[in-house]
Amino acid sequence: MDLNSLTIDAARSAIQERKTTATALAETFFAKIQKDDPQIGAYLMLSKDRAFTKAAEIDSLAAKGEQLPRLGGVPVGIKDVMVTRGVRTTAGSKILGNYVPPYDCTAVARLEAAGAVVLGKLNCDEFAMGSSTENSAWHPVHNPRDLSRVPGGSSGGSAAAVAADMAVATLGSDTGGSIRQPASFCGVVGLMPTYGRVSRYGLIAFASSLDHIGPLTKTVRDAAIVLRTIAGRDPMDATSAEVPVPDYVAELEKPVRGLKLGVAKEYFGEGLDSEVRKSVEGAIQKLAELGCEIVPVSLPHTEYAIPTYYIVATAEASSNLARFDGVRYGYRADDSRTLSEMYRRSRDHGFGAEVKRRIMLGTYALSAGYYDAYYLKAQKVRTLLVRDFEEAFKKVDAIVTPTSPTAAFKLGEKVDDPLAMYLADIFTVTADLAGIPGISVPCGQTKEHLPVGLQILGRHFDEATILRVAHAYEQAA
Amino acid sequence: MKVTEKKVAYVAALANLELTEGERTRMLRDLNSILDYVDRLNQLDTTDVPPMAQVSDRYGIDESKVGSARFAYASREDILEGLRKSLPHEVALQNAPDTDGTFFKVPKVIER
Repeated sequence: MDLNSLTIDAARSAIQERKTTATALAETFFAKIQKDDPQIGAYLMLSKDRAFTKAAEIDSLAAKGEQLPRLGGVPVGIKDVMVTRGVRTTAGSKILGNYVPPYDCTAVARLEAAGAVVLGKLNCDEFAMGSSTENSAWHPVHNPRDLSRVPGGSSGGSAAAVAADMAVATLGSDTGGSIRQPASFCGVVGLMPTYGRVSRYGLIAFASSLDHIGPLTKTVRDAAIVLRTIAGRDPMDATSAEVPVPDYVAELEKPVRGLKLGVAKEYFGEGLDSEVRKSVEGAIQKLAELGCEIVPVSLPHTEYAIPTYYIVATAEASSNLARFDGVRYGYRADDSRTLSEMYRRSRDHGFGAEVKRRIMLGTYALSAGYYDAYYLKAQKVRTLLVRDFEEAFKKVDAIVTPTSPTAAFKLGEKVDDPLAMYLADIFTVTADLAGIPGISVPCGQTKEHLPVGLQILGRHFDEATILRVAHAYEQAA
Repeated sequence: MKVTEKKVAYVAALANLELTEGERTRMLRDLNSILDYVDRLNQLDTTDVPPMAQVSDRYGIDESKVGSARFAYASREDILEGLRKSLPHEVALQNAPDTDGTFFKVPKVIER
């Protein structure tokens, strides 16, 4: 069985048609992980019992000739920021090194209800803070396309697992670009749905107004299948939207002729690597050949997105991470003489440098005397960024950009310069701030054979259009 | 705006982080570098711009409804276990670093 081209439908039909079993498929993937993951580092934890229990359930349905559920027997991986009952979940951090959740993330539960086989938990930057997965407290992830390079972050493990055929599909999370950027660095599809499209219940919170769960897959069709499965109102997440879930898969094949695609000049300025530019411009040309109308647009506040993000996200993070105090779960520093000493020492030992940096920045931005100058100011600039998109979407149906200004950089290249690392998110953070959906789809390679990603941004709750454009491009390319 | 060592210590105390000497030095450097960069937000005139903390009260809502009626779908009946069953006591204690079987045990609280 060729794992490289194995999609959701191919895996499921192979099991339905008794060409293989879910158990055999899970065994094949575990063998692949055992063989290749020591060089890559995508997985933090394997959940063999859970996987084989689900596989057996699917096999028993197939044996009776019953119709399998939508993801019946499909092996998937879950980013370690999503809780899985009974399976250790660390968020890439030592402060949760021994944490075994007593409940499941809704998105994971929905995948499993649809028959998916959870192989294990995927490596990520600590608390999803990072753009290279080098901030994982455990070990970094190596890009399967070039082991000396980063897979991107923070969902580096999720992207690498799909790229290296160690899962058919994975779930990642995106707060500033953490699904799309690693997808582009590893040459896979990464979809960030509209804010509120997918429940955040069970996603260990980083920035509550910016966090999203979404799929990383080999094909756009697979991303559409996963989205349909996990999207929809969840009473456990007050911010999950009461908006009906369309049949994204049925919408995929609709023609793109006549759709208006915006090209924003702010995303094609200096700082964009020339080879990335070439691949992305080639992709836009291809979309024009398919009948899309290319319309120049402007998103004038783009250059303010990173500073806005690093105030809003860190402020929210400083609040969300206050719960890690060694009292009820997670790491507790030994021999603390008082309660406050216990808080301070547990957090200092348990959190990595980047997490501490962001907590400090966020606390500072919210502190008395600075709240107006930083946090309130950033929230106002956020409004301006949202208005940029609202204006643009009056003229176009989707906006096409490079996903990242460069292809994958070398491990260690940016670890000493936090600001340089933050600037890697320059094309992705705007969508998180505005709450709009975005997809990254592979669109070529650099001279060094490193993948380049094309990003397509859409209107709120219009994943159908961006999936359609991405699918049309993928089929034509 | 320049951050001072004293400010770093103050913010660390607010955040319940006990930074080592080396961490405080690096933090001073990193915070100043980031805040310098973030300062460019002041280039923008946001006098009459309303702040946006959340996008979810702007998109995906029923605009024909007004005020809190827009979010009626997000509330539930105020009854015990109205949404789902609570975690059993022993399960809630399972990850506790120190417990007597009923409570989470912590070092004593002393006034600083």
